[in-house]
Amino acid sequence: MIKIANLHASIDGNEILKGINLEVKAGEVHAIMGPNGSGKSTLASVLAGREEYEITEGKVTFMGEDLLDMEPEDRSRAGLFLAFQYPVEIPGVSNINFLKTAINEAREKKGLDPMKAKDFLKMVKEKSSLVELDGKLNNRSVNEGFSGGEKKRNEIFQMAMLEPKLSILDETDSGLDIDALRVVAEGVNKLKTKDNASIVITHYQRLLDHIIPDFVHVLSKGKIVKTGGKELALELEERGYDWVKEEAVTA
Amino acid sequence: MNETVAIKTKSYFLNHFEKLDFSHDEDFSLKKRDLAQTALKSLEFPTSKTEYWKYTRVNKIIKGDYTIAFPENEIDIDLAVPSANCIVLINGYFSEELSFFKAQEGVRFSSLSQAKKENTVLKTKFASIAKEDEIFSVINTAYHQDGAMLHVDKNVKAEAPFYIINLTDDANVMSNPRNFFFMEEGSEAQVVLKTINTKDGSSFTNMLSEIFVERNAKLEIDKVQNDGAEDYQIACEQVTQATDSVFRINTFTLGGGIVRNNLNIESHGQNTETWLNGLYPLRDKQHVDNHTFMLHREPNCESHELYKGILDDQSTGVFNGKVFVHREAQKTNAYQSNGNILLTDNATINSKPELEIYADDVKCSHGSTTGQLDDEALFYLRSRGLSRKSARAVLVNAFASDVIDQIGVEAVKEEIENYIEGLNF
Repeated sequence: MIKIANLHASIDGNEILKGINLEVKAGEVHAIMGPNGSGKSTLASVLAGREEYEITEGKVTFMGEDLLDMEPEDRSRAGLFLAFQYPVEIPGVSNINFLKTAINEAREKKGLDPMKAKDFLKMVKEKSSLVELDGKLNNRSVNEGFSGGEKKRNEIFQMAMLEPKLSILDETDSGLDIDALRVVAEGVNKLKTKDNASIVITHYQRLLDHIIPDFVHVLSKGKIVKTGGKELALELEERGYDWVKEEAVTA
Repeated sequence: MNETVAIKTKSYFLNHFEKLDFSHDEDFSLKKRDLAQTALKSLEFPTSKTEYWKYTRVNKIIKGDYTIAFPENEIDIDLAVPSANCIVLINGYFSEELSFFKAQEGVRFSSLSQAKKENTVLKTKFASIAKEDEIFSVINTAYHQDGAMLHVDKNVKAEAPFYIINLTDDANVMSNPRNFFFMEEGSEAQVVLKTINTKDGSSFTNMLSEIFVERNAKLEIDKVQNDGAEDYQIACEQVTQATDSVFRINTFTLGGGIVRNNLNIESHGQNTETWLNGLYPLRDKQHVDNHTFMLHREPNCESHELYKGILDDQSTGVFNGKVFVHREAQKTNAYQSNGNILLTDNATINSKPELEIYADDVKCSHGSTTGQLDDEALFYLRSRGLSRKSARAVLVNAFASDVIDQIGVEAVKEEIENYIEGLNF
């Protein structure tokens, strides 16, 4: 589904990603863990198309196309979704109206008619119950005045509405209490099919108790230094990141 | 400009009016014209040194070569007015053919020239509040052609909005439309004031409206300015409010090369409410200057101003709002807000909210913000699949929405919403 090869990226002249290699196939869940400043969020941003980053080397192929050549909206329409670490508050923009615009623009590109109002509302109802998002929030401005937990649930709600092929969850667990974490994780699990895939970026192991990864990768100083199964996350939780870094140096 | 040049410019401009024939006008109006013409002798056009006109140069306007005449060709235009009441002026002259009015007891709505013959309030109040020391107002009093008169009787609520459409249908036309609105005690009405230009060239509209909102009366004016890219407009609303009255004016400047709005509101009673709102989505080299003056003379009144600009290309916006609170006007609650989005590096905004307060127990504040569209929000929307264009439009719409929400006339609200949605960035 996505193949990242030797990806280098920098911001303001500082190289953050120093050669990332990663392949994610349909049906898989990959966790990317690592200490602060290792480049986890940069990787998410670069994949989603944030313009501040300069790609200096490497290639990313998504669904057979050159991802790095695409505008952020085209990446979304091709099936890539980023759940933001810090969802943006947008006063004056209704939470569901903008989604309707997004969905219908994507449909238009595919030569489909706009979604019927009735079908859209039915979908909103169904998907918001998935993450226990209060229906009232949908008529409010995007994320404006939402609590931390509501913002993260809103991200997963949008993900459910857009039905992406590849979801990148950027520290979706940060700032969540244990109940909110469970709701968000369950939402993600319910959306899992054999045809889609996720990259779960997290600093802590606790999210991975709920979203079980097929692979765990450790990112350090802009490179993946270790890859393992779900048990690697537990080991990291116990021993911290230092031993992996040391291992990488000696290797 | 040296003195000789200034005199030449003024006499060149005033020459436009020489062949106008006002012999059909009523005596009381002719007297006002004479007084105004005399006053003009000692008034000069503003220069770059005139504080009141600091950010807007009138040179281009006053050096233009204009015609003043009812168009010779037949008018073929569908104005699609969504109301039963409409007065249309073409090049400043009343068009009987395009105007219509659904009679309602207690409501007088006619051309100004017709009203001059029969309306006693107009006879006593005409040109009584228009400024006598501001050159464009004085020019209008001296040389106005026609306009609209609305008079709503005591406790009468008008059924439909009153559309007044100033249509310019020739190139390089000068018109001086003159309106007079008189809202008697407890009356209510909505007026939609539109300027439309169908022809290229540089026309100049110098409009003046005298507005009286008596005790407990309510008046809303939605002003939609849609002139061409090379046209000029100076529009002045001179308003006086009595106790318990509510006055609201929403100004939407969609077109026009140079547009200057002078809103002068004087509140002379207690418990008055005043709402001044404006939206100016500008492009190309448009220059739009909103000047408001709000005078609070009596206690317990409130005024709210909300002006928003979206400035694209090399356009320039000016907001200069002044709130003057008299020593007697305790418990005044006055708020001014001006927000602007600059879409390019070449757009300019001059924002100058001012408060002058002589009472000691008031709640007055002002705020001015200028920025770009929020990059984070743009990226967020695009990451959900909105094109760059739609994402920008969504954010601009959101920015404009609180001004649009102030519109009471549903058809105007829809028109402005559609206009903003259709903007192409």
